[in-house]
Amino acid sequence: MKLRRSMLFVPGDNAAALSTAFVYQPDSIMFDLEDAVSPREKDSARLLVFQALQHPAYHEIETVVRINELNTEFGLKDLEAAVRGGAQIVRLPKTDTAEEIHELEAHVARIEKACGRSAGGTRLMAAIESASGVVNAVAIATASPRMVAIALAGFDYLVDMHTRRSGGSEPELFYARAAVLHAARAAHIDAFDVVYGDVNDDEGFLREVAIAKGLGFDGKSLIHPKQVELLHRAYAPTPEELEHAKRVLAAAEAAHRNGLGVVALDGKMIDPPVLEEAEMVLERAEAA
Amino acid sequence: MKVIKESLAGTLESSDLLVKVAPSDKGSLDIAIQSEVIKQFGKQIERVVTDTLNKLSITEGSFVIEDKGALDCVIRARVQAAVLRATGSEDMDWRKLS
Repeated sequence: MKLRRSMLFVPGDNAAALSTAFVYQPDSIMFDLEDAVSPREKDSARLLVFQALQHPAYHEIETVVRINELNTEFGLKDLEAAVRGGAQIVRLPKTDTAEEIHELEAHVARIEKACGRSAGGTRLMAAIESASGVVNAVAIATASPRMVAIALAGFDYLVDMHTRRSGGSEPELFYARAAVLHAARAAHIDAFDVVYGDVNDDEGFLREVAIAKGLGFDGKSLIHPKQVELLHRAYAPTPEELEHAKRVLAAAEAAHRNGLGVVALDGKMIDPPVLEEAEMVLERAEAA
Repeated sequence: MKVIKESLAGTLESSDLLVKVAPSDKGSLDIAIQSEVIKQFGKQIERVVTDTLNKLSITEGSFVIEDKGALDCVIRARVQAAVLRATGSEDMDWRKLS
């Protein structure tokens, strides 16, 4: 099981960040060529990311490159650098329709062939950043067998919705979170929650992590290394959850051994979904 | 590739380097390297710079490197960026950049 709890953003033009990001051990590192890089540094950042991808330290960790949109002058050049550099995943920003994924997929296949990379080796993910993207989330998530995840990006989405972050339970993001999450589950891929921008507010960050985890998101996009450990701790099963999962699975095994069709623990019947959840808790604990 | 104009790439921040390129009046290839770790890594930095220039078929130009403790991959990327800017290259030959 590949855990995707934390996707750490690393600005593509920041040599120091590119040289050290792996030490924070996020589940995935996302080299950003889009919003974090000014237009006049796009060429240099693209080469920096291309070279960093080939550094041995990044062979041990899942690498993602956020390219610029394909309809910009930078998008296709970024894609060449990402695929030829060996990025495991390409993240397309501002994805509104499934057609954009189809276009991306065709270009990736062409570049893989041109550089001798195995066909299908480059996976894709989409960031949903608008009302259109949210409405089309299922079509986007299921647009290609290369898709491994979708992410909700809150800033652009809320601007598009004519609103802003309210803090607290964030009702303004509820529909989008639910829609993106349902699309991911229907497509059997992972879902990432929005970034939390105030890196000095651990309490607010953890409050938001609790919302995302409670809804069922696999993880969050992160903009600061200090958020990695906080997130991993929050996503780790508690000792009580782990103990309960072990007892559920032990009870199921005992029932199976004794030829019983019904599994019970502490006088309560255990349904298949409870068993499945217990297996998931153990898998996550082992993978972590 | 031929250096036809001055260019800069990189920064003077820690773990980075600044590469300054200019056309050569004498038609020669001149490389000057300054680094806080020149005693320990000067030869390695020079090797990475010259290998990168060789792959790009650069035989002329003045290159001034101010290193701030950059990894080899960063040195390679900044030299490549400076060369592509100095040669006005739009199309990349990715095989020469690996």
